[in-house]
Amino acid sequence: MKLKREHALTLARLGVIGGAVLLVEALCRSGVINPLTLLPPSRMAADLFGLLASGQIAHDMAFTAGTIGAALVLSIALGFGLGVLVHALPRVRRALDPLLASYYSVPFFIFYPLLVAIFGLNAFPLVVLGMAFAAPAMMMSTMAGLDRIPRVLLRVARAHRLSRVETVRQIVLPSAAPYLFTGMRLALAYTFIGVIAGEFIMASSGIGHAIAYAYEGFDNNTMYALMLLVLVVVTVINMSLHAYETRLAKRRARA
Amino acid sequence: MTALVQRARMDDTLAEAVGPPPVVSLRAVTRVYPGVKPVEALAPTDLDLNPGEFFSVVGPSGCGKSTLLDVLSGLGRPTSGTVTFNGQAVDGVVPEGVGIVFQEDASFPWLTVRDNVAFGLKHSTVPADESQRRVDHALRFMGLADFAGAYPAQLSGGMRQRVCIARTLVTRPSLILLDEPFGALDQQTRLLMGDELLRLWRETGATILLITHALDEAAMLSDRVGVMSARPGRFIDMVETGWPRERDSSIVSDPRFGEITARLWSRLRAESLRAMGAQGPGGGR
Amino acid sequence: MSATADVPARTTPARRRSGSWDGLILLVLALLAWQGMHLYVGEAALASPVKTLTFLAGFLRGPVFWGHFAATLAAFGWALLIGAVGGIVIGLVLGERRFAGDVAEPILAGLYAIPKVTLYPMILLIFGLGMSAKVAFGVIHGIIPIILFTMGAVKTISPVLLRAARAMRLTRRQTALEVLVPAVLPEILTGLRIGFSLTFLGVLIGEMFASQRGLGFLIVNGINLHNVPMTTGMILVIVLFALAANGLLLWLHRRFGGPSATPEHA
Repeated sequence: MKLKREHALTLARLGVIGGAVLLVEALCRSGVINPLTLLPPSRMAADLFGLLASGQIAHDMAFTAGTIGAALVLSIALGFGLGVLVHALPRVRRALDPLLASYYSVPFFIFYPLLVAIFGLNAFPLVVLGMAFAAPAMMMSTMAGLDRIPRVLLRVARAHRLSRVETVRQIVLPSAAPYLFTGMRLALAYTFIGVIAGEFIMASSGIGHAIAYAYEGFDNNTMYALMLLVLVVVTVINMSLHAYETRLAKRRARA
Repeated sequence: MTALVQRARMDDTLAEAVGPPPVVSLRAVTRVYPGVKPVEALAPTDLDLNPGEFFSVVGPSGCGKSTLLDVLSGLGRPTSGTVTFNGQAVDGVVPEGVGIVFQEDASFPWLTVRDNVAFGLKHSTVPADESQRRVDHALRFMGLADFAGAYPAQLSGGMRQRVCIARTLVTRPSLILLDEPFGALDQQTRLLMGDELLRLWRETGATILLITHALDEAAMLSDRVGVMSARPGRFIDMVETGWPRERDSSIVSDPRFGEITARLWSRLRAESLRAMGAQGPGGGR
Repeated sequence: MSATADVPARTTPARRRSGSWDGLILLVLALLAWQGMHLYVGEAALASPVKTLTFLAGFLRGPVFWGHFAATLAAFGWALLIGAVGGIVIGLVLGERRFAGDVAEPILAGLYAIPKVTLYPMILLIFGLGMSAKVAFGVIHGIIPIILFTMGAVKTISPVLLRAARAMRLTRRQTALEVLVPAVLPEILTGLRIGFSLTFLGVLIGEMFASQRGLGFLIVNGINLHNVPMTTGMILVIVLFALAANGLLLWLHRRFGGPSATPEHA
């Protein structure tokens, strides 16, 4: 009964997405949607395949991937470190609380032109932008994870005479793991958004820049192909991480 | 009150005189929680646990039962006084040979039932094949063998508490401390778990200290029940039950069971009222 | 139990006093960091606090700023209105219809996580340059969290509340007004707060790319014209606006969301 519902949901989701794609395809093919506005999805896919095969966008892809990778690693390291530090200092934490609560209400992208003015038009301001967007999410998740370690588990550690290092390795980290994982997943999504948006607004290479460049050059074929690329890559990564996370959570959820 | 304490002390001295040396001794132990308004959780307390004894502590909510367990186990330090386990001073470190089962669900959600139980031996010098055997035995003993590969989330509350007991059992403790281990379970499960506990106690020969707020549980399981006062906690009565070592939950129909429970309640009623008055309605732990 | 006990503790005079000290210290630290950064990177990249404030004092008196400010505010206002009304309605419907809600949730969550900025050219092609494209871009940023939070609120209403309402023989109208609305309000307020921030972000990004009006345009224009105080000043204005609005929404949340819904603890 339950499994059946799961299947029905998956089918319905596929149906909704597939139906939407087919509808756009039909509207484009029949000329209801102007080809100067939107291309049929099949055309986008064909163009993307062509672009990938030609190796034309390999450089931009490598640039974006490298920038995202650097921003991601730095965000996770910095966010985790700050999270642990601030968690250990309740006084500092109380002072930072209102700041953290309103951090994400500030639209950081407005800082990007300033970062470009400071660091120059290269990958560096993009990495900083990605970090500004992602590191606090990792930091807050780390603190949430450390906050929610059941006190009784720390008492179990003492009852079993675990050393400090062993307690961290065997109790603290596994207990906080779901939150740390959520933090990393958010950090990845946010560095993606930060880096690609930065490239889009002002950059000399990268996928985001290539989309903006194609838009300005009225090259709809390249533009839509690249949008499809970003959409597919991000969705596949997010969905698989989310699925893994759900499985993990299900295993842990207390009845 | 002091007369009662003195009598309790006398009972202990008597037991000391005839039996082997006690497993645990508390001498003039107090615990004060510092703060703007310091809280005296434990008034000067003496206690001896005899080898192989099943001892229970009952008392009103917030009377310092759990503080007693903390101090006795080495999880917490007494503010003054001494605690010894097998003649060695206990000072802020849980000695080897002591197993603790907590009230809260303390199973590790990220480990399978088997790995949870094996955790108890992960840091010991017990060789691998021996620890394998002990884990298998503990799983079977606690009726968990069929769930060895499951995660705690897939089990009921009672089963999860069994996991925690099994995790303690594999270390072969000579003293097992249980802090309201069945507090979160329903009445039927509690009775059954009580039987399990008696079986475990008989087969391991360990000394057991059980902290509980259920008078019937204390009356049914124990050789001796200590009644604690409202905060600051101290023993106001020691009740010998006189049950045979071979016993189970069927003794609830014994008239003596009713007498013991009634005596415990008569001691506790006034204390519980005092504790409630001090905390106000709804003030739990 | 503990949540209600926390509330008075959070607002004791001593706490509040130490809180405002914290705020002052943070402000001073931020100004020092700004000044330090300015000294480090130089006049050509970042204006000093004093210079920025002097510039703003003059610029805010002229008509140019207020024209751009009004353009941003209008686009933002429309986007927020559409996003909030649309988001709450869609969220209520999806929360009520279990199956549709469960089908939609991961799709919406997927859309929420994509870098929507890459879709902006498409929005521009559909709506053309100008106000409507900015509004549309703001809406697609803000509407999804509002839908998700509203839907979650309706889905997780404790059934015992509805049974209690029936036990007290409340009419449908009474149940809706006195049980359902208060039960879902805190979550919806959280959704609106996040939606507010993201809508603002969407509108500003829209202005930073291919636009001639608004505060976002002024930032990019300042960079292009090497008018550093302009860029720095506009960033300051936007940050202050965002913080003030968020503070107001947090206060509303605390005021009407009930003690259990203090967002810092959520």
